[in-house]
Amino acid sequence: MKKENTVIVALAVLAALVATTWLILVAPGLGSNEVNMTRGVTQQSADHFELHMIVLWICAIIGIGVFTVMFTSIVLHRKSRNHTPAKFSHSTKAEIIWTVIPVLILVGMAVPATTALVKMEDSSGAEMTVKITGFQWRWKYEYLDEDISFISSLDPNSNAARQLNSGMVPANVDNYLLNVDHPLVLPVGKKIKFLITADDVIHSWWVPALGWKRDAIPGFVNEAWTNIEKPGTYRGQCAELCGKDHGFMPIVVIALPQDEYDTWVSEQLAEQGAAL
Amino acid sequence: MSTEVIHPDTHHVDDGHDHGDHKPSNFLDRWLFTTNHKDIGTLYLIFSLTMFFIGGSMAMVIRAELFMPGLQLVEPDFFNQMTTMHALIMVFGAVMPAWVGFANWLIPMMIGAPDMALPRMNNWSFWILPFAFTMLLSTLFMDSGGPAAGWTLYPPLVLQTGTSFAFVVFAVHMMGVSSIMGSINIIATIFNMRAPGMRLLRMPMFVWTWLITAFLLIAVMPVLAGAVTMLLTDHFFSTNFFNAAGGGDPVMFQHIFWFFGHPEVYIMILPAFGVISEILPTFSRKPLFGYGSMVYATATIAFLSFIVWAHHMFTVGMPLQGELYFMYATMLISVPTGVKVFNWVSTMWQGSMTFETPMLFAIGFVVLFTIGGLSGLMLAITAADFQYHDTYFVVAHFHYVLVPGSVFALMAATYYWLPKFTGNMYSEKWGKIHFWSSAIFVNVLFFPQHYLGLAGMPRRIPDYSPQFADFNMISSLGGFAFGATQLIFVGVVLHCAYRSKVKATPEVWEGSRGLEWTLDSPPAYHSFNTPPVVTHNALSRAD
Amino acid sequence: MNLQEKNRKVTRRLVLVAVGMFGFGFALWPLYTVLCEVTGLGGRAIQVSEDNTGAVASDRIVSIRFDASVNSSLPWEFKAKEKVSEFNLGVPSTAYYVAKNVGNDAIIGQATYNVTPPEASLYFVKTECFCFTEQLLQADESQEMPVYFYIKPDLPEHIKDITLSYTFYRHGYDPSDRSHL
Ligand SMILES: [Cu+2]
Ligand SMILES: [Cu+2]
Repeated sequence: MKKENTVIVALAVLAALVATTWLILVAPGLGSNEVNMTRGVTQQSADHFELHMIVLWICAIIGIGVFTVMFTSIVLHRKSRNHTPAKFSHSTKAEIIWTVIPVLILVGMAVPATTALVKMEDSSGAEMTVKITGFQWRWKYEYLDEDISFISSLDPNSNAARQLNSGMVPANVDNYLLNVDHPLVLPVGKKIKFLITADDVIHSWWVPALGWKRDAIPGFVNEAWTNIEKPGTYRGQCAELCGKDHGFMPIVVIALPQDEYDTWVSEQLAEQGAAL
Repeated sequence: MSTEVIHPDTHHVDDGHDHGDHKPSNFLDRWLFTTNHKDIGTLYLIFSLTMFFIGGSMAMVIRAELFMPGLQLVEPDFFNQMTTMHALIMVFGAVMPAWVGFANWLIPMMIGAPDMALPRMNNWSFWILPFAFTMLLSTLFMDSGGPAAGWTLYPPLVLQTGTSFAFVVFAVHMMGVSSIMGSINIIATIFNMRAPGMRLLRMPMFVWTWLITAFLLIAVMPVLAGAVTMLLTDHFFSTNFFNAAGGGDPVMFQHIFWFFGHPEVYIMILPAFGVISEILPTFSRKPLFGYGSMVYATATIAFLSFIVWAHHMFTVGMPLQGELYFMYATMLISVPTGVKVFNWVSTMWQGSMTFETPMLFAIGFVVLFTIGGLSGLMLAITAADFQYHDTYFVVAHFHYVLVPGSVFALMAATYYWLPKFTGNMYSEKWGKIHFWSSAIFVNVLFFPQHYLGLAGMPRRIPDYSPQFADFNMISSLGGFAFGATQLIFVGVVLHCAYRSKVKATPEVWEGSRGLEWTLDSPPAYHSFNTPPVVTHNALSRAD
Repeated sequence: MNLQEKNRKVTRRLVLVAVGMFGFGFALWPLYTVLCEVTGLGGRAIQVSEDNTGAVASDRIVSIRFDASVNSSLPWEFKAKEKVSEFNLGVPSTAYYVAKNVGNDAIIGQATYNVTPPEASLYFVKTECFCFTEQLLQADESQEMPVYFYIKPDLPEHIKDITLSYTFYRHGYDPSDRSHL
């Protein structure tokens, strides 16, 4: 086997693998954005998205490299081409190289991974605090600085449609399974701390657009924080198996500009005051 | 505990075969009371194949319910029982016993021994399993239903299981006892029964990986037993190990469980590494590349598996230092795993390859396991894991390492050694059909689940928002096709055992290496009555 | 030594290892507790002290939020009198909670606690707390419940606000018992 042949086959294999990678990693995302993590609407979600993309591409390149060598070999070094088998059984030099290079790659990955984590775990300096309690199968939100509190459950339309053989078409239900009766309303541009706990079993509070999930554990209070940059409606779900209706306790966050948020707060206070 | 030693000539009634074949002729003696490593191996393999189909049919229920949005077939609670049972059956009933089955068949033949070291215990360790799994499966028919809290059995949720929970715990105990007895037997066999000259560093890789796996099993199965015992007393006897109200901590269960659970994933994959390291040299007609580093990489992986457990629980809220430590330690595992993959590729490089079914499954393993390994590296990145955790991305990841990982390796092993076991060649044509359809459908089944997870679909939900509909439907179609494809496998195996007219030679494959290929196909009832003398490492010798 | 003896020996040793690991599974319980006390994992590493001898006053100020939860098994109302306050490190202080039984029967409650961020619990010293003992409330009775504490002055710089959370459970609460729902 001449050397040139190996190079040509390797290039052809490389091209095929790059095309395959493009087909499975890039092409599905061209039409819609429902095949990848969201960049989200917080610094954290953007950080985690960037980190995800860095690691994804490093992994893709490693995979392409390994498979290029492997499939080149599969094409060339076969008995049907009368290839005579080599006799080597080890190479200390090669083995050192492919121990050291991965270590260097890992160190390279660890740097942004550490930075993002340190930022995520710094909840100091929050301007408001919301307490989240998971129940089977709904969420309770308490605005600790405002004396506002309410329960948030799956909205009635979704709940009717999700019954076994309900005969209703999920696609016709507005935000099927991702809609609630009382959304969590938050202001944009403010550092908000969440205290997260549960009443019965472990749940996990997750809104992908905010960039993280955090377990709600009975008897313990966890903390996490967010600072939403863009007004909008963001949906999520419970992420820890919590019993039969685990799939039916969604989360909806409505992020409002400060003035609209203040209006909402005074409305809530008036309502809760009227209810007393 | 019985430590009886085989005396091949006085042990069983002679059934008249002329080549030292002493099979009992009575059915019960042959199968129920057998102490023969090959018969017990066969029992393990049949049992695990049965469990593979039972667990698989549960997966079909899951994929059918997830075929489209809305609930069409089962209530959510039954769905949760299906996901929980599917995992318990596949992990403890299909993959682990299948590896023990191959260990039974192969280890004595590979190290030049007549049988396993502890044949009586071997019989017990197998016959516990049908009882354990009957007990486990029977919970599905109880009023309180089967376990529905996931195979990870997290409290407090799992404590809401009804009285059937006691059956689950006892079933887990029995599986544990079975695995531990099997492991003791394997270690004793490898330590004490090696043929003269079979030094540790001349052992086949399958023997090495199983030796390390057996130590992992003995170290962690008792920890699982302890954890479920604590759940049992919390449930029925008012202890408060995991009850926050009584001073306990539900998160502590997760730490204990994953102290078992992470080594457990290597228990399922290390023997697969061994099998691939046996098959690639054969069909590349070339020595295994880097035998020594393969052994050390396996040992390193096993060691690291004990110190990374909390990467399964990054979202429970740990101190920053803890999160950083578990992230770095987990990332480190990719180094020895990478060494293995690079060594496999180097084994193929400059070989003279042919592509019989075992080789195809082995190559499929290397490619798809690597994909699963790389997504595992992504999951190690704590901050990104705050998004990945408990989504279909995780489901895709562990199915890539378990299905085209462990299960493909089991298929590869079956095709590779079946001619040795039965004395007949299987149908290469149907083997190849089985491989190609499995390889295609397993990707149709699991690859879209990466997209679903990244797009925000949590795992363990029976119904989902219509935005996830397309990829779920594709995944389900792939699942049904993959499930149906496995019926071909049963056909090929049965045909090979009972119908095939093509007799296998002792060496079976042109490039095969190792002692088992010096025996007849099928080998005599007791493998090596006269120990062979081993002079070199068959896997890494260059001729 | 013949083969049979060698096999027995290996078996004996491995059975011992397995039994030992079963014990280790249970030993993880106290080991975990120690780990929590050393690292603050779980946020329960609060120290209990008989007196305030360890308190050395400092100028640094930290903000503490007093959080209160009641498990649904217990018909009580429970809140902190002052939700957020600022404290000087090292100064013995008192915070008050109020619990009220709004059910129709006398009930015993038992509180659990934890601190976030969890590391902060390593610097939290309590001299007396209602969570140390069971609390009996008659129907309609309400009670003030004080916590005497101070924060050690060597609290790491990056921790600026701390949350102290309590959750009251019905005494003898059993998570597998769903009958109160
Ligand atoms: Cu849930
Ligand atoms: Cu793990």
